[in-house]
Order: sequence, then structure tokens, then C-alpha cells
Amino acid sequence: MKFLFERDTWQEVYDSMSKNKLRTGITMVGVWWGILLLIALLGAARGMENSFNRIFGDFATNSVFVWGQSTSMPFKGFQEGKRVRLKLSHVDKIKDNIEGIEFVVPRNRNQALVVRNFLSGTYGVNGDYPLLDKIQKKKMIRGRFINQNDINYNKKVAVISEDIYKQLFEKDENPIGAYVQMNSINFTVIGVFQNGNVNMGPTSDIHIPFTTFQQIYNEGDRIGWMVITGKPEYNIKQIEADTKLLLRNLNKIHPRDNRAFGSFNLGKEFAKITGFLTGMQFLTWFVGIATLIAGVFAIGNILLITVKERTKEIGVRRALGATPFEIKRQIVVEAVFLTMISGVLGIISGGWILIIIDKAWGQGDDATLVNASVSISVVFIALIILVILGTLIGLIPAFKATSVKPIEALREE
Amino acid sequence: MLKIQKLHKSYPIGDSSLHVLKGIDLFVEKGEMVAIMGSSGSGKSTLLNIIGMLDEADEGKYILDEVPIKNLTEKKAAVYRNKFLGFIFQSFNLINYKNALENVALPLYYQGLKRKKRQEIAKFHLQKVGLLDWATHLPSELSGGQKQRVAIARALASNPKLLLADEPTGALDTTTSYDIMAFLQQLNNEGKTILIVTHEKDIAAMCKRIVRLKDGVIMEDNFVKQVKATVDV
Repeated sequence: MKFLFERDTWQEVYDSMSKNKLRTGITMVGVWWGILLLIALLGAARGMENSFNRIFGDFATNSVFVWGQSTSMPFKGFQEGKRVRLKLSHVDKIKDNIEGIEFVVPRNRNQALVVRNFLSGTYGVNGDYPLLDKIQKKKMIRGRFINQNDINYNKKVAVISEDIYKQLFEKDENPIGAYVQMNSINFTVIGVFQNGNVNMGPTSDIHIPFTTFQQIYNEGDRIGWMVITGKPEYNIKQIEADTKLLLRNLNKIHPRDNRAFGSFNLGKEFAKITGFLTGMQFLTWFVGIATLIAGVFAIGNILLITVKERTKEIGVRRALGATPFEIKRQIVVEAVFLTMISGVLGIISGGWILIIIDKAWGQGDDATLVNASVSISVVFIALIILVILGTLIGLIPAFKATSVKPIEALREE
Repeated sequence: MLKIQKLHKSYPIGDSSLHVLKGIDLFVEKGEMVAIMGSSGSGKSTLLNIIGMLDEADEGKYILDEVPIKNLTEKKAAVYRNKFLGFIFQSFNLINYKNALENVALPLYYQGLKRKKRQEIAKFHLQKVGLLDWATHLPSELSGGQKQRVAIARALASNPKLLLADEPTGALDTTTSYDIMAFLQQLNNEGKTILIVTHEKDIAAMCKRIVRLKDGVIMEDNFVKQVKATVDV
């Protein structure tokens, strides 16, 4: 490897490149463009992935929503069409019997006219446990979410969304401790949360303690629906199927009655999106590397021409004692050097493009490409690929250069 | 020094082959200055190429300084060329983007010498051919005679046992030719063995021995009285 640090080696590279500046430049554009595309596309794909992740980041994606509907098959003396309701007691049974459960969160929901002074609006009211915050992270702007104390004492407190705050309160007014009326009952506002980008399930406007909800709507132990979250290593589809089977069993419903319980599998939907993203990344790599290979071939091509032009020079060198290996090495070094330089330039300008993308589409809350970037490891992989391709493509002109006998190379025209 | 016995060489031309060298016998002692003459097609360049290890004979023996030259790999040939031989070409064959000093230092590069050492030796040889002041000039900035002098310096750089000159004066005018020949004579007087391929009688007459080739065989091989090359101004 000593030759890499010798001035002569690089003098040779510099000489042969500077003799044909235009052609060297045009050839380098090939590789430069390839790696620029690769970096820009990968960065954009990453940006898209990041923005999806930001949207879904507040949700536990490995989860399924389950609610009761009506039976479609008669079973054990019940006719079909029986209304099915989930009960609070089911929650613990599911937790105990189904494998891989992380959380089971019962929820209730109703509509309510919310009044404050002379302002009012109709919103969805949810009865919730503090656990909800674990699976659908609420971004609290002010105050706090419901806690266990609120549940234990059936407290009349409410957590409202930013939208409601904007409609019912004056600008910059402190809502914490203020009262809002729902069904003619006063609730103390204890927190304001930011509306998420995407809502999974029904819109969440107001959250009140689950027990309070039970009391004011006379729900008893009935629950509207539940959110079941699986541990990351378990398959959420299996959990969904197991849960439904258990619920059918508990409610005396035909085991094959698929309509008795409705469900929405967030994990499944999320997998579709991540699958799409994976596909995009594959496409990006494919396009980028294909372009790169085309560029590297261009370098091979120019070196081939250069070698042809330098036949005589190579003949002279061999007459002076250059071994074929030394000649080949020189040409391969040239090829690798060309690919490396244009590759590094491509990486730098690809970085600039990503900066521009970030300036144009990466700012703000509804950014389409969040933090469009490539990791250093990807850059290194790309460089290693370049070196390997450069070496391989350099071998073609290198062997061409030494396949001509020195005597033929030296023959006077 | 140089022993060649029953050397044969033919080139394939289509289906038939052209027999260029038909049994050459040549012995050259150390310190000789030999002119190889012949019309074109007589095989003199082929002979020089074989002696220069740029080409290989089909048949026969070639011994250079006690080393039998046969079945050479490209690598070995390169090493031998570097160690034993100095080439002087008709068209100089300097590398046009390297300056005079770098051209002279090139064979030393392939010997693996350090840069400092190379420069030192190259400078010594440039001085010998009287072109030290032109060391940093590119070949395109030199006259024909100067280019050939640089080429000679390059051939001498690796201190070869044998100098091979293929029509060294072919591209030069008479005055410059004589100048170059005077220099080669001087080198010969210092003990270098020199082989010159030429078709010019006056150039051949400046050597100590003339070998005439015709149709692939040696017609004549005479020691002659050397004509001193004088530059008449």
C-alpha cells in the first residue's frame, strides 16, 4: 500500500486527468449524479418515514380497538341479532387469559353540549382511565391528564382539547380551574392537550374520569369499546383473534360469529404503511445504485479510451522496466480516485439538496418530509460500493493496457 | 557479453508465416560499439527487439551477461529490461507531460528508488548530457537534439550493461546527428557497450564494428576503423 502515499502515483493520476479536463469532468458527472440521486432519494424517503412516524408516534401502533355489535348466529337459546355489550369485567379476563397483552384500556363515549358562560358547542366526551395516556400519548399544553385520584373519587374534572379551549375561552385566558358545563353538571378543567395530526378511532375532544362517566350516564359496568395493546414481540393479529374468541365465549356467542364484535386493527394498518415505506426505500436504493453503476461504467469507458491513447506511453514505460502489475495498479488507482472524488462531491451536493428539502418542506408541524437525512453508515456503504465498483471497472482498461505487447505499442506509425 | 546463436523468428501473416530471422549468430564483447545495418525488411529491428526483450525468439539461444534469456514472464522481462538495457528510440519517446528530469528519473522509479535518490541520479545524468539547465523543461520545449540527449540520459539512468539505439539519429539533421554520435562515442570510450541499428552509412562508420543484415541472415560482420564524429560548425 506504500505506493498510495507516493507523490509519483498521484502525479500520474493528476497528469492523466488534467490532460483531458473536459472528458474527465463529464465522466465524473455520471458518478456524481448517481450518488447525488441516491443520497437525495434516501434522505427524502427517510424524511417521509419520519413524518409518518411523527404522525403515528403518539399511538401504540401494536394495538387493536374492539367494540360490541350484534350477533349474526343463534347460539345457546339466543336468537341472532342480540345486542352485544362489552363489560368492565371482561377487561381483567382478557388480561389474564390472552398471551402477550400489554394494556387493556376500557373506554366510553358520548356526545355532550358543553357550555361556558355564553359560549357552547357539542363535543364528544370520553370516559377514560389514566392508562390511555400510555397508548395515545397526549401532548399536554397546560395542566395534566386524568389521574387515579380522579378515578377513585369520581371527580368532576375534564381534560379538554386545544380546539375546545380556543372556542370556549378568551385568548391567553388560563383555563385551569375554570368550569365548563356538560349536561348541566359543572366540570373543573384540569388540562388542555394538543390535537394530534391523525386521530385513530373517534375524535377525542374531552376526557373525563371513567368512573365519573359511568355515574353521569348510568353506564354501570358497560363499556363502549376497549383498546388492547400487545407487547412488541407479539403479533397483534393473533391477539385480536384470541380476544374475540374469548369474548364470544364469555358472552355466549357462537364461536364462529364474526359479526358480534367489531374491531379495528391499528397494527395491521400501520404495517401497510411501513410496508409502503420499505418499498419506497428499496426503490430508492435500486434507482440510486443503478444510476451509480451507469456512472461507474462511464468511468471505465473513459479510462479505456485514455489507455488507448496512451498505448505508446505505456509501451515506453514497459521498455523502461515497468512491470504489467505496476501499469495495472496505476490505472486502477486512477479509476478508484475518479469514482471517489466524484462520489464525495455527490455526497456533499446530495447533502445540500437535503438541506434545501428541509428548508422547503421540512419545517413546521404539518411538514411532509421531517428531518430528511441519511445516516453516516449509509454514506460509508455508498463509498465502499464506489471503491469496489471503481476497482472492478478499472480492471477492464488495466488489462487492456497490458494486453498490448510493448513492441506493438512502440511500433512507429 | 552478448551471445546469440542460431536465432530464428517468424511472424504469422494470415495462413502463412514470414520468416524474418533465419539463424543469426552474433557475439558482442564488452565495450564494443556495433552498428547493425540493413535495408528495411532485413530483420534488423526484429533483432533489436529480441535483444531488447521486447520480443521473443522462436528458436535459438540468447545469453546476456551470462544470463540466458528465455521463457520470460512479462514481469521478469520488465525487471531485466530495467536492469540490463537502456533504450534509445528514433522518435525519442519521452513522456510529453513530464519534464526532462522526471523523464530521466522514470526508470529509477521502476527500480523502486526513493524520490530524493532518483532526482540526484537523474541530475547527474542530465549534467552528463549537458542539459542540467533544462531539467524543468517539458519535451515540447526542447529541440530534437536535446530531446535525444534527454532520452540518452534516461537510457543511462539505470546504469545498464547494454545501450540499444534504434535509428537514434533518424529524426535529426546531420549536425545534430553527429553531435549525438560524438556523445555515444564518448560513452563507448568510457566502457559502455552500444548497439546501434541504422541504415545510414556515415552513422555506421562511426561505430567500431558493422554488422550487415540481409533477408534475415548476417551478410557481413567487419571491424572497421572508427570515424570520429566531429561537429563542424
